[in-house]
Amino acid sequence: MDSRTSDRDVRTPLRSTAENGLKIVIVGGFGVGKTTMVRSVSEIRPLSTEETMTRAGVGIDDAAGVQDKTTTTVAFDFGRISLNDEMVLYLFGAPGQERFWFLWDQLFAGTLGAVVLVDTRRLADSWYAIDRLEHHGTPFIVARNDFGGPQHTLEQVRDALDLSPEVPLVDCDARSRDSSKAVLIALVEHLHALSSARETTP
Amino acid sequence: MSPRLDDEDPDRLYTVTGGRSRVDAGAVDLVTLIVSESEPSTGMQSEHVRILTLCRRPTAVVEISADLGMPVSVVKILLCDLLDTGAVTARHPSVTRVSSSPGVHPSLPDPELLKQVLVGLQNL
Repeated sequence: MDSRTSDRDVRTPLRSTAENGLKIVIVGGFGVGKTTMVRSVSEIRPLSTEETMTRAGVGIDDAAGVQDKTTTTVAFDFGRISLNDEMVLYLFGAPGQERFWFLWDQLFAGTLGAVVLVDTRRLADSWYAIDRLEHHGTPFIVARNDFGGPQHTLEQVRDALDLSPEVPLVDCDARSRDSSKAVLIALVEHLHALSSARETTP
Repeated sequence: MSPRLDDEDPDRLYTVTGGRSRVDAGAVDLVTLIVSESEPSTGMQSEHVRILTLCRRPTAVVEISADLGMPVSVVKILLCDLLDTGAVTARHPSVTRVSSSPGVHPSLPDPELLKQVLVGLQNL
C-alpha cells in the first residue's frame, strides 16, 4: 500500500475541462497484482484511501456513521487516466474477499465494468468475486496475471473458473503498461459489444 | 487488510464533521469532480481550506479523501458544507445507459460513450 501523503504537491492535476469521472474496478485476491496493474497504466502514482460503512447501511443510500460501533473500514488503491479533455477514468483496485463484498455494492456503484485478475496458483480466490459479479449483472472480463511458467491453458482456466463462453479471458503481465492497457481495451471492447447488441435487440 | 481508521483519533473525525455522521451519499460519487469557486477565507476550518486549495483544478472526491487522509464518508460530509454555500461546485459523473430488457439489471453504458473510452485508451 502506498503512502497517502506522498507526492501530493507534485501530482499532475486534472485538466480544467475535466467533467466526467468514470470507473473501472479491478478485483482479485490479495497479492494478485491489482495495484501493480493500476500503477502500470495510471497517470499518477496509485493513491490509497479508505471508506467506512456499516452493514446496516447496505442497500440504503446513506454513508456510515463514523461513530458507529459496527463501522467497518476497507482500504483501496486507485489511479487515473485522462481519456480526453472531458473524460477521466478512475481505476480502483478492490479486495475480492467475501468479507469485503458488502462494501462493494455501494462503493463501486456505477462502474463501467470490472476486470477480475486471477493467479492460476490460487484460482479459488476468484470464485466468489466472479459469482457476485454475475449475480449483480456487472459486466466483466477475466485476466490471468502471468506469474511465470504457464502450467495451464486458458481453456483449463476457463473450466476451473466455470466461466461462461461469452466472458472474455485474456493473459496479461500486470507489470507491463502495454499489457495492462490491452486488458482495459479488451474490457471496454467487450462492454461495447454487449451494449451494441442490446441496443439493436430491443 | 488492517483497518487504518483505528489509527485516526475518533475525536478528531468527530470534530471535523461537526458531529454529523450522515450525508446524502447519493449526491456525491467517488468520482464526482469538485471545483473551487472561491478562495479560502479566514476563520474557515483547516479541512475546508485544504479542499478549496486542492480543488482549484477539478479533483475527484476519492483524491480529496486520499490527500486529506480521511475516509471518503468524512470527506463527503465536509463537502456538503462547501456545496451548500457555493464555495465549491460538483461535476457529477454522467454515464448514459442504454435501455435494458425488463428484469435485466443493471443497464449497460451506451455504445457511444464506450467508443470514446476506447479511443482514449488506445491513444495512451
